[in-house]
Amino acid sequence: MRIGIVCPYSWDVPGGVQFHIRDLAEHLIARGHHVSVLAPADDETPLPPYAVSAGRAVPVPYNGSVARLNFGFLSAARVRRWLHDGGFDVIHIHEPTSPSLGLLACWAARGPIVATFHTSNPRSRAMIAAYPILQPALEKISARIAVSEYARRTLVEHLGGDAVVIPNGVDVGFFSGAEPRPEWQGDTIGFIGRIDEPRKGLQVLMRALPGILRERPGARLLVAGRGDEQEALEPLPAELRDRVEFLGMVSDEDKARLLRSVDLYVAPNLGGESFGVILVEAMSAGATVLATDLDAFAQVLDQGDAGEMFPNGDADALAAAALRILGDPERRDRLRTRASAHVRRFDWSVVAAEILSVYETVTAGAEAVRPAR
Amino acid sequence: MTTLICVVVVLALLGLYLSWTAGRLDRLHARIDAARAALDAQLLRRASVAQELATSGILDPAASIVLYEAAHAARQAEPDQREVAESELSQALRVVFAERDAVVEIDAAPGGTEAVGEMTQAVRRVPMARRFHNDAVRAARAVRRHRVVRWLRLAGHAPFPLAFEMDDEPPAVLTTEGGATAQ
Repeated sequence: MRIGIVCPYSWDVPGGVQFHIRDLAEHLIARGHHVSVLAPADDETPLPPYAVSAGRAVPVPYNGSVARLNFGFLSAARVRRWLHDGGFDVIHIHEPTSPSLGLLACWAARGPIVATFHTSNPRSRAMIAAYPILQPALEKISARIAVSEYARRTLVEHLGGDAVVIPNGVDVGFFSGAEPRPEWQGDTIGFIGRIDEPRKGLQVLMRALPGILRERPGARLLVAGRGDEQEALEPLPAELRDRVEFLGMVSDEDKARLLRSVDLYVAPNLGGESFGVILVEAMSAGATVLATDLDAFAQVLDQGDAGEMFPNGDADALAAAALRILGDPERRDRLRTRASAHVRRFDWSVVAAEILSVYETVTAGAEAVRPAR
Repeated sequence: MTTLICVVVVLALLGLYLSWTAGRLDRLHARIDAARAALDAQLLRRASVAQELATSGILDPAASIVLYEAAHAARQAEPDQREVAESELSQALRVVFAERDAVVEIDAAPGGTEAVGEMTQAVRRVPMARRFHNDAVRAARAVRRHRVVRWLRLAGHAPFPLAFEMDDEPPAVLTTEGGATAQ
C-alpha cells in the first residue's frame, strides 16, 4: 500500500507526535509498505529517507505558547506537490485541528483520509470561532482515530461524530530487553520529563520527597529531562538536595535502562495528558508505576490494576503511596506481572496492525488520494 | 451604477457560496457511499467467516447450528431487517466465543489458527467500518440541516442519510484487551 503521513510539527524538535510518526512509518515500511512522511523541517535538518520537507516551520504565538507551524501559500503548494507526486492510496494526517500541515493537507486532498487526534485540549475560543472554517476541511476525513477513550470523548464533545480508539504504540521489547545500570539501582525513584513544565508535576514529587526520605533515608530520586535544576530543587530543604540526581536529557537507550533500573516510576502530571506513553514504557521496562489519577492515565494503568494511582496534586498521598510500594516487594512483583501482560496491547506489532486495518477499511474500493481540482 | 455593481457582486458571491456548498454536499454523499460499501463488505466478510467456521466441523454441533443460523440470517436479511440480523450474529458470536477454551480448542484444530485470526479481524473491523460510516452520516446531516440547503434543495434527490445502528460488541476473548493478537 502507498501511504502518505503528514506530521504537523517540526521534525527536528523532539516530541510525542513526531516520535509516534517516526515509529509508525518504520513499522509500516518493515511490513513492506511504501511510506512517505511530509514534515516541517529546515533545509539543513538531516531527514530519514522516507521523509519529505515541507519547508521551515515559523514560530508563532498560538494557544498560549509559541508553536512552530507551517502555513501560507508556499507550504500549501508543497503539500499539493507532495500529494500529486506521491500517488497515495491513503493519507494519514496527525493533529488535523492544529493550524499547520495537517489542516493544509486536509484542505488540499481528496480521497481516503485517516486522521489521528493526539491531544484532547479543552475547547478553546479560537476553535469555536474557527469551527465553520475547520468543519469543511475536517469533514473530508474518512476515518478518525483517537489515542484513548478519553481523547475520543473530548473529540466527540468538540467536533461531534465518532472515532475508533487505537492507543499509541511502544516498542515493548526495546524496554523489556534493556540492561539495568547498577548505579541507578537500589531504592531509586524515577522521573522523566521537562523539569520546568509545571504540568509535568515535578514540584508535587519534590514536595512529597521529604516525607519519603524520613522513612527511607537511603532512597534517591533520579530525574531525566531538560530544565533549570536549581529552580526545581527549591521546594526541597537544603540537606535533602543531595538525594536528587539530575541526568539531563537522556538518549532512548539510557531512558530504557533508567526505567529498567528504578524501583518506582512516578508520573505526577497535573493534567493535559491524553495518553501517557511514558507509563507504557515504564511498565514495559518492568518498573512499578505510581501516577496521578488522570482519566488518561487510569486507562493506561488498567484502572489501577497495572500500576498505582494517587489524587492529582496531593503530595502527601504521593509520599504515602510511594512508601507503601517501596516497602512491599511482593506488591511490586504482582503489579509488574499484571503490567507486563497489560502492555502487550500497546506494542507496535499490535498497534500498527490496527492502524493498517483502518487504512484497509477506508481504501477498500475507494479511489487513490489526489489533489482537489 | 454603484448599486448595480454591488448587487452583481453580492449575487456572484452568493452563487459561488451555493455552488461550493453543493460541491461540499456532493463530496459528503460520496463519502457516505464509500463508507457504506466498506461497512457492507466488512459485514459480509464477518458472516462468511462465521459460516465457514460453523461448517468446518471444529465446533460442537449445537454451537455450529446456532452460528450457521445467525450467519445465514445476516447474509440473507432484507435491508430493513439487516441491523437486527447483524446484531443477532454478534450475540451468537459472543455465545460461541464466551470462554477462552473455545479459542484454544479451535486454535488446536487443523486450519484453526487462521480461522481465529480471520474472525478476530472481522469482529474488529465491523465496529470500525460502522463508526466511520456513522461519522460520515453525521457530517452530511449537519450540512443538510442548514436552512439554505433545505430551502434551495441543494441536496437534490439524495435520500436523507441514516446511521447504521447495531450491536457490534465483539467477543471479549477476540479483542486485544482480551489478549488476541491477529495480524
